[in-house]
Amino acid sequence: MSLFSKENGEIFKGPLNLNNPIAVQVLGICSALAVTSQLKPAIVMGLSVTVITAFSNVIISLIRKTIPNRIRIIVQLVVVAALVTIVSNILKAYVYDVSVQLSVYVGLIITNCILMGRLEAFAMQNGPWASFLDGIGNGLGYAIILVIVGFFRELLGFGSIFGIQLIPDSWYMENGGLYINNGMMTMPAMALILLACVIWVHRAVNKEEV
Amino acid sequence: MGLKKILDNLKPTFSEGGKLSAFGSLYDAMETFFYVPNETAKKKGAQIHDAIDSKRSIFFVIIALIPVILFGMYNIGYQHSLVAGCEAECGVLCNFLYGLAVMLPKIAVSYIVGLGIEVAVAQWKKEEVHEGFFVTGILIPLIVPVNCPLWILAIATAFAVIFAKEVFGGTGFNIFNPALVTRAFLFFAYPSMMSGDKVWVNQNYMDCINGTIDGISTATPLGQLGAGEAVSYSAMDTIIGTIPGSIGETSVIAILIGAVILVWAGVASWKIILSTFVGGALFAYLLPYGDAEALNFQWWEQLTVGGFCFGAVFMATDPVTSPRTEGGKWIFGFLIGAMAIIIRVLNPGYPEGMMLAILLMNIFAPLFDYCFVQANINKRAKRAAKK
Repeated sequence: MSLFSKENGEIFKGPLNLNNPIAVQVLGICSALAVTSQLKPAIVMGLSVTVITAFSNVIISLIRKTIPNRIRIIVQLVVVAALVTIVSNILKAYVYDVSVQLSVYVGLIITNCILMGRLEAFAMQNGPWASFLDGIGNGLGYAIILVIVGFFRELLGFGSIFGIQLIPDSWYMENGGLYINNGMMTMPAMALILLACVIWVHRAVNKEEV
Repeated sequence: MGLKKILDNLKPTFSEGGKLSAFGSLYDAMETFFYVPNETAKKKGAQIHDAIDSKRSIFFVIIALIPVILFGMYNIGYQHSLVAGCEAECGVLCNFLYGLAVMLPKIAVSYIVGLGIEVAVAQWKKEEVHEGFFVTGILIPLIVPVNCPLWILAIATAFAVIFAKEVFGGTGFNIFNPALVTRAFLFFAYPSMMSGDKVWVNQNYMDCINGTIDGISTATPLGQLGAGEAVSYSAMDTIIGTIPGSIGETSVIAILIGAVILVWAGVASWKIILSTFVGGALFAYLLPYGDAEALNFQWWEQLTVGGFCFGAVFMATDPVTSPRTEGGKWIFGFLIGAMAIIIRVLNPGYPEGMMLAILLMNIFAPLFDYCFVQANINKRAKRAAKK
C-alpha cells in the first residue's frame, strides 16, 4: 500500500467532513465552547490538538503490540500527558499571551474525548502512517469547527477579527451610531448555540450521508 | 358580512393550485382567526370537545393585556414629561399619544419579525400558522425598557422564535416562554440597553421642550435597592404604576384587572398566580433588603415593584410552559415567587429576578408533572393491590 493511496486519503478526509469529530461524533464540545471567544486562541488550540492527536496516534500505533491490554488506557494517558506538557511549554515560550488566554484548557487537552477516542478506536489497530493521517485529519476537523465558531464569536462579540477592529468606531452607540456588540457572543452559552447551528447546516447539506 | 365574502372569494387563489398557494398558510391563519371554521371532525376519529378553540382562547389574553398596554403607553409619556419638566402642560391625552407613538413601532417590529418567521417556517413545513405568536408578539414590547432600539428588538425576537420555539417544533412544543427568551437574550447580549438608569425614559424623540435631552438618569425601585439606596417612590406610586420600568410591568392595578379577566375566562390558572404571590410574599418577609424604614421599602412592596406581578399573571401562567397537573401548578408558582425574591435580594449582579425565576421553573415544569402523575399511578396501583 503506497503512502498516498486512496484508503489513506479517505482516512485523512473523513474527519474533515462526513465523520467530523465535533459536528458528527459530537466529541470535544467542552473545549470548543471554552476557547472560541476569539479567533486567535481558537486557531492555536486547534493546531495544538492536531499536533498532539497526530503524534500520540503515531506513538501508540508503534507500541500497540507491546502494550498489555489491561493497562492500555494508562499507557495512552502517559503518552498524551507527555505531549500535552511539551506543547504547553512551547506555547508558553513562543506565544505567551495566547497561552495565558487558553489557561487551563491546554492542560485539559488530555481529557479531550477526541484524543482518547482516536487512540482506542484507530491507533490500537492500525499502522503508524495511517494513524498519523487519522490524527492530523481529526485534529484539523476539530480545528475547522473551532475556527468557524471563533470567527462568528469574535466578529459579533467584539467587532474584530484577530484583534483588528472591523466594525468602524463611528457605528458604535457611544460614538453616536446605532451598533452595539452582542455580549452574549462572548459567553459559552452562545458558543453552544453557534455550534448547534454549524451542526444544523452540516446535516442539512449532507442529508443523505449523516 | 363583507369580510367573510372577501375571504371566501380569495380562497381559490390561495388553495393548492391557485396563483398564491405559496401564501396558503397565511390565508388559512387569517381566515381561522376571524371566523371559527365550520369543518368539524368526522364521526370516526379523534374528537376534542371544547367550546372555544385556541385562537379564541388566546384572544382573551390580548383582551386582558389591554389595560396594561394602555397604561404602559400613558406611563411612557408621563415619565418623559416628568423628566422634560412639562407635566403641567402635557395632560393625560398628550402623554398617552406620546406613548402610543413610541410604542407602536416596537409592536410592529415584534409582530413583523416574529410572524414573518412563523409564516415562513409553516409554509416550508407545509403546516398551518399557529396562533401562539399573537400573544408573544404583544408581550415582547411590554417587557422591554422603552429605550430599547428597534433593530436589537428585531434580533432578539428572531432569536427567540427560532431557537426557543421553532427548533422545538413550534407552538405548543416550546420548553421556555418565547417572550421571556427574547428578554433573556436582550438581557445577556445587550445589558447596557436593558438595565441601569439610562434606559427607562425615552431620550430623544418628540420632546415637548425643543431639542433632545441627553443622559437622563432615572432609576427603578429595584435599581435603587440594588445599589443600596433608599427608594424614592411611595408604595402608592408602585401600585398605580407611575414609576420607571419596562413598559408593561409598572402598574399593579392594570395587571390585576388583566388577571381577573384571565381567571374569569379560564385561560390562566389562578393556582399559579396565587402560589407565586404566596411564595414571593413568604420569601420577601424572610429575606428583607435591610432596614425597612431607612430604605423606605416594606417587605410586601417586593410584590409591587419590578416585573413580579406581570410575570406572575402573564408569564408564569402560559399554558404551554407551566405544569399540567394541579399539584405541579402549586409548586411551580411557589418556587417562581421564591426564586424571584432570592435572586433579587441575594444576587448583587441581578436587581430583578422574575425573568430568570420563571425561565428556571419552565425547565422543571415537566418534572413536576412527571412526579405527580407517577405518584397518582403508584397510589392507584396500591389501592388496586389491596382489593
